[in-house]
Amino acid sequence: MHVLACIKRVPNTGASIVLTDDEQHIDASNLGFTMSPHEECAVEEAIQLTEDHGGSSHVLTLGPSEADEQLRTGLAMQADEATLLETDGEEWGPRATAAAIARGIEHQGDGENPFDVLLFGNESADTANYQVGVHVAKRLGLPCVTGIKSLEIEDGTAIAGREVSGGEEIYRVDLPAVITVKEGINEPRYASMRAKMRARNQEIPTLEPAGESGPGTLEKIRLEAPQTDDSEAEILGEGPEAVPDVIEVLESEVEVL
Amino acid sequence: MSDDFPAAAETVIIGAGIVGNSLAYHLAKEGRRDILLTDKGPLPDPGGSTGHASNFLMPVEHSKEMTHLTRRSIEQYEDMDTFTRSGGLEVARTDERMAELRRRVQSAKAWGEAGRLVDVEEIEEMVPYLNTDIIKGGFYSEGAGTCDPLRAGEVMRARADAETDGGLTVSPNTEVLDVHVEDGEIQAVETDRGTVEAGEVVIAAGLWSPKIADMAGVDMPLTPAVHQMVSVGPISFFEDYEGEISFPVVRDMDTQMYERQHGNDLEVGSYQHRPILWDVDDVPSIDEAPLSPTQPPLTEDAFEQSMADALEIVPELLDDPQAGVRHEIDGLLSVTPDGMPLLGPLQDVDGLWSCSAVWIKEAPAIGEAVAQWMTRGWSEIDLHGSDVNRFYEYGTSKQFVENRAHEGFQKIYGIVHPAEQWQSSRPLRTSPFYNRQEDLGARFFEAAGWERPQWFRSNEDLVRKYNEELEGLLRGNEWDSRWWSNTILGEHLHMRDHVAMVGDMGFGKFDFVGSDVVEYLEKMAVGRVDVDVGKTVYTPILAENGGFVSDLTMARMGPEQYRVITGGAAAGADRAWFGSHIPEDADVELIDRTESLCTLGVWGPDARNVVQSVTEEDVSHEAFPPYTAQHITVGEVDAWAMRLSYVGELGWEIYAPMGQGQRLWDVIAEAGEEYDIRPVGMGVYGTTGRMEKGYRLHGHELELEYNPAEAGLTFHGVKEADFIGKEAYAQAIEEANAATLCTLSVDDHTSSDGERRFMLGNEPILDQDGEVIVDDHGRESYVTSAGTGPSVGKHLLMAYLPPEHAEEGTSLQVEYMGEQYPVTVEVVGSRPLFDPKNERIRS
Repeated sequence: MHVLACIKRVPNTGASIVLTDDEQHIDASNLGFTMSPHEECAVEEAIQLTEDHGGSSHVLTLGPSEADEQLRTGLAMQADEATLLETDGEEWGPRATAAAIARGIEHQGDGENPFDVLLFGNESADTANYQVGVHVAKRLGLPCVTGIKSLEIEDGTAIAGREVSGGEEIYRVDLPAVITVKEGINEPRYASMRAKMRARNQEIPTLEPAGESGPGTLEKIRLEAPQTDDSEAEILGEGPEAVPDVIEVLESEVEVL
Repeated sequence: MSDDFPAAAETVIIGAGIVGNSLAYHLAKEGRRDILLTDKGPLPDPGGSTGHASNFLMPVEHSKEMTHLTRRSIEQYEDMDTFTRSGGLEVARTDERMAELRRRVQSAKAWGEAGRLVDVEEIEEMVPYLNTDIIKGGFYSEGAGTCDPLRAGEVMRARADAETDGGLTVSPNTEVLDVHVEDGEIQAVETDRGTVEAGEVVIAAGLWSPKIADMAGVDMPLTPAVHQMVSVGPISFFEDYEGEISFPVVRDMDTQMYERQHGNDLEVGSYQHRPILWDVDDVPSIDEAPLSPTQPPLTEDAFEQSMADALEIVPELLDDPQAGVRHEIDGLLSVTPDGMPLLGPLQDVDGLWSCSAVWIKEAPAIGEAVAQWMTRGWSEIDLHGSDVNRFYEYGTSKQFVENRAHEGFQKIYGIVHPAEQWQSSRPLRTSPFYNRQEDLGARFFEAAGWERPQWFRSNEDLVRKYNEELEGLLRGNEWDSRWWSNTILGEHLHMRDHVAMVGDMGFGKFDFVGSDVVEYLEKMAVGRVDVDVGKTVYTPILAENGGFVSDLTMARMGPEQYRVITGGAAAGADRAWFGSHIPEDADVELIDRTESLCTLGVWGPDARNVVQSVTEEDVSHEAFPPYTAQHITVGEVDAWAMRLSYVGELGWEIYAPMGQGQRLWDVIAEAGEEYDIRPVGMGVYGTTGRMEKGYRLHGHELELEYNPAEAGLTFHGVKEADFIGKEAYAQAIEEANAATLCTLSVDDHTSSDGERRFMLGNEPILDQDGEVIVDDHGRESYVTSAGTGPSVGKHLLMAYLPPEHAEEGTSLQVEYMGEQYPVTVEVVGSRPLFDPKNERIRS
């Protein structure tokens, strides 16, 4: 079985976001870069699937030359191969990205999609368009399920679970299929030191992606960092004595009681 | 403990990492009762280097100061129940490193710390997961271990609060916005929580310290630098062991890395990667940093070789199938131009102190020592190697700090010869003799930024000329003769037979003028300074404990004018000491002449002939007696000269304006031609000449930890006038010495493989049973200075010896590179071995 995980290089989060002076980019000099958390799970899922079913796993990204750092993270996690669709670093928008990825996928199979399972993150951590996986499926003519948090493969069929309020939806999808996954589907592994070292020296083929513009293409005007919530925490008390105060707050301020 | 921000505090400590907490506790212990401890980050981990250190302490270093500070810190961490003794192992992959580890043992013995060589079998037993195929042996430090500095910080805050009866205010999340200074005196610290008036302020802000100092208008030579560290786990091998650490910390010295257990993880740290320096302004705020401001993401490409080396030495653990790299950072720490901390009063602002560039391993003891320094003027552990003023007026530029930090990074785990010279930012300070000396093939060494010739290639003929006299004294071993030339010995003998010119020595030169100058200097010096105009006084400068702050020469130039000459290395610290002791209402002005005057020494039996032939004034013995000073005109140059000598010869130190220095050189060189005058280097001046004369050197023989009675420098007696350290000094004279500074000679230089070896200094002195000699105060006997005395035909060592060994003729041993050599006590006290009656100087 051949499994693909598509990832995106995004600024690390976990700290306040600083924008570049032209408000076109996030200043990631203090943050560093990572792959989106959902996609990290996609990579882990790809590796686990091939560990269980045999075959090979492949990570692919569309991004600047520096995005090979994220591909190497995937390789260090024990993915077998990686491909970089190298851009000049500008954000491509979901449609153009999907078009380039679809072509990149076909390139891997001499014009045909060679993968049985094509995993994406449900949405990227920076632009969160929720679209690339769906567009790729459309372009390749494959079925697609999104927001998946459990996945099993049986006899050429994917059994994919999506959490919904009060339960779970289960989809049975014939392979090949596009599946976009969410954090929680697995626990991504830490790469071992030896694998990291090996990954650093592994060759990563680079393809020039075909650009595409057209109706629906996004144009970025500027970025704006949301105001952080500076709400103060107040300690109402400690131990059982605090209970009346807590109830008071729940009744009068939060109004849930 | 209060958290209300005060309007005023006796002491403000900026920075609540391990250093600030230690300062708070020890200042409280020393009697400060009103302390504000502030940090811009939250507690207990404000986000500085304390929060990401690997937290291990390896006490044995080649520096006595650092070894003693680390040992004292271990005691404190133990006392706070925040220390785990794991032992520490430094392993060698090469023969050169094995020799270095033998030197480690030597340093361990000299500084009174446990340490021994271990073979591969024992290493396998101690650390079963090491790949011993690539290891030749190791050095085991049983005192080593790990600490919890964040917990220690909490304990010290609580103790400070108890000591002060609640007089400690702790103010986290408080950013310093400005430091107010008026008339050179600290006034207040302005923060985003308010402005606090301060009697004294200590900057303990780690890598942010220069930013704070800059607010007060002071330069602090420090740069943030990356130390890469990763943590790998969970490692199943460690699951069977309880607690944080059950195996010795391993330093893989040849790859400049360490590997240490931390619970179920293995921490792998590296100093081998390319130096990565940061600009402090680029260090993110707490809000902007995903982990902490001092833990930026790992620069992966720089860590590549480190991974390969770690995998080679601990393959089994790192290849654990369950284990992965869970944490990886470019840890930021503070680096200075010479790798030592920056401690003490910042002399341009009264009341402003630095306690920066301090690592976890020495922080508790440094907090203690600096607190002692602040409250009583001296510390129990001498901190001269860390004095913040050692870079004063030459080594505080960004460029200098960057160059040296870059160069020094590789020395952290490197094999550093004691005489190794820095290469970057040179030449920085040159005397007017520099070009002439370069033409003569001078080999320049640097001191306090000054380029000083160590020897001259133009003098190589002298080694052949004196071949017979030098038999047995010429060095062959590569290590012993690294940063050394046998030419020095030829230069020495030529000076003793004829005449030599030496300079510039890079002295600190301070003129003191004013109507209160006699009273003031009398208070500073052991020797009586109220002497006739034209007289010079060589005198110890003491702290209240009777230990040495400095030793220097004062010359009375007029009724209300003195010139103080001190060694270049001590100049910054001495200037701070003298400056800070000028009473507020006294009429005393300090004029720093260091950069305006150059110094040329002319010494040897023919010195008078040379100098007289070009000097307008009469320089005969009667007209210019020894130990006096006069203005003279040498050729066209208006100069001032002192007739004295650190090499024990007839002659003068001639001081001239820098601008006329080259002319002075040319005049003397030309006049000396007929006497075959040779320029000779600092090798003669600082070592061979002075050792034969038993002259002491600050920072080597003279430290806070020894007094003038022990150093054999009580020839001034106890003068009537009051002076700093008088009581302790008088008492030291009364009491029997716990140890006395002696000159020893090496009886046999032959090592086990037949090579002649020459000690370089800092080796332990052993008794006949091979035990390190320790005095009643617990101080080990070690070689404070080593140098060959060509005129006495011996290799000489100075060492403090307790009374039972301090007897002339006593046979002892010195340990050098793992072997013991017989030595004999030649002189007890300061009597010169060469020309004991000083007839040459007085001739």
